Amino acid sequence: MGFIYHIGKYFLMLKKTLAKPESTKIYFNQIIKELDKLGLSSVGIVVIISFFIGAVITIQTGYNISTPFIPRYIIGMITRDSIILEFSSTIVSLILAGKVGSNIASELGSMRVSEQIDALEIMGINSASFLILPKIIASLLINPCLVIISMTIGIAGGWIGGTILTHVISVTDYVHGLQYYFQPYYITYTLIKTEVFAFIITTVSSYWGYYTVGGALEVGKASTKAVVYSTVLILLFNLLLTQLLLS
Amino acid sequence: MIELKNISKKFGGHQVLSDISAVFERGKTNLIIGQSGSGKTVLLKCIVGLFEVDMGEIIYDSVVFSRMKNRERKEIRKQIGMVFQGGALFDSITVEENVIYPLDMFTDLTLIQKIERANFCLDRVNITNANKLFPSELSGGMKKRVAIARAIAIKPKYLFFDEPNSGLDPQNAILIDKLIREITIEFNTTTIVNTHDMNSVIEIGDKIIFIDQGKKWWEGDKNNFLNSNNKELNDFIFATRLMQIVGESESNRKSGY
Repeated sequence: MGFIYHIGKYFLMLKKTLAKPESTKIYFNQIIKELDKLGLSSVGIVVIISFFIGAVITIQTGYNISTPFIPRYIIGMITRDSIILEFSSTIVSLILAGKVGSNIASELGSMRVSEQIDALEIMGINSASFLILPKIIASLLINPCLVIISMTIGIAGGWIGGTILTHVISVTDYVHGLQYYFQPYYITYTLIKTEVFAFIITTVSSYWGYYTVGGALEVGKASTKAVVYSTVLILLFNLLLTQLLLS
Repeated sequence: MIELKNISKKFGGHQVLSDISAVFERGKTNLIIGQSGSGKTVLLKCIVGLFEVDMGEIIYDSVVFSRMKNRERKEIRKQIGMVFQGGALFDSITVEENVIYPLDMFTDLTLIQKIERANFCLDRVNITNANKLFPSELSGGMKKRVAIARAIAIKPKYLFFDEPNSGLDPQNAILIDKLIREITIEFNTTTIVNTHDMNSVIEIGDKIIFIDQGKKWWEGDKNNFLNSNNKELNDFIFATRLMQIVGESESNRKSGY
C-alpha cells in the first residue's frame, strides 16, 4: 500500500510541478542557475570518469582478445559501442543520480524543514513548480550535453590508454574499429535513454526532498532515498528502453 | 478582519483543533497563546491555508477563504505577509534579494523601485548595511527583522507571526514586539501572533485567545488576562515564579494594598 501511496503522491507532485509558471522571467533565471548547479558543476567528474573507463575498456578488451582469428580493430569497435550504448548514458546517469540527486533532495528537504517552502506558498507561489520545474528543464537540457562529452572523452581515453600507454592496439586499428559498422541510431538511442534518466533523477529526488518531514536527520534520509530510488529506476528503465528501442 | 467559525482539524485519528471560533480585528495585534503542542501553530497554518480545515470556515473580510480552491486563493495570498519561527529566509540569496523576492513575483516595479522599497522596509526594521549579507551571516534577531521586512514589502493587509520571539534574548524580543505593534498600526494590518511569551502578551495583546489541547478556553485582552478565573489559563500564565510575582503584585494592586 505504501508503494501505491508514493506513486500517487509522486504523480500529484508532477501535476503541481507542470502548472503554468507565475513569472516567466524569474523561471528563466532559475533555469540558468540550475544549468550551472546541476550540469556545469558535473563536467569535471564526468570527464575524469569517462576518460579512465574508456581507457580501461580498451585495455581489458585488448588483453582478452589475444586470438589471431579476431582482427585487432574489433577492440576499437567494442570500446565505441560499450561507451555509446551503455557507459555514457547509464553509468554517467547513475553517477549523476548520486551527485545531483542527493543535492536536489537535500536542498529541497532543507527548504522544507526550515519552512522556506511554506514561505513561498504563503506568497502565493506554486512552490513545486517554482523549485522543481527549472531543475527538470535544466537536466533535460544539460544531461545530453554531459553524455556527449562523456562519449567523446571516453573514446579519447580508449585511444590514449590503448595506443600510447599500453600499445594493445595501433592507432590505425583503433580508428578503423571506431568507424567499423557504425550505426548513428545508437546515438539517438543513448540520448533518448539520457532524457528519460534525467527526468527520473530530478523528479524522484525532488519528490523525496519536497515531502521531507522532520529535521536534519530526515533530510539525510531523504537524500539517501533519492539516490537509491533513482538508481533502481534508472536500471529498470534501462532494461525497458533497451528492449523497446533496440530489439 | 479575519473570522474563524467552528474550526476543527484532525491528523489521522488525533484531534488537533476542536470547534475554535474567534474574530481578529484590523489594526490590532491579535495573539494566540498556549503551551507548546496546544495546536496554535496548526491553527495559524490553517488560517493561512497551509493546512486545510476539516470543519468550519475561515473568512477574510467577508471572503470565505477556506472554501476557495488553491488557484482562487492567490489573490488573498498576495495580501498576506508571514514571519515564520526561524525566519524562513531563502539562504541562497542576499538580504536585499530576500526582501525583493515577493516584489519580483507580483509587481511590475523597476529594479530601482524594488531596491528603494527593499531599503525602506529594511530601514523600517532597523537593518542597515546588511543588504549584501547572506542569511547565514545574520544573528537570530536580525533574521527575524529581515523576515518582517520581507513580509511588509508587498504592503500586506494581513500579517502573521509564528513564535516571533523564540530563541531571542529579552531585549531583542522587546524590540520585535515593538516592531509588530508599530507595523500593525502604521500599515493598518490584521495581525495575528502565535506566542507563549508572557512579555509579548502584556506588551502587545490587544486581543488574546488562549488554546489548550486544541480547544479555545479563554478570550480577552492584556488588561484582563492576569485576573481571569479560568483555571487552564492561570495554570499556563503562572507556571513561572516570575509570573507568580507579577500576579501577586497585580492582585495586591487591585485590592488596594
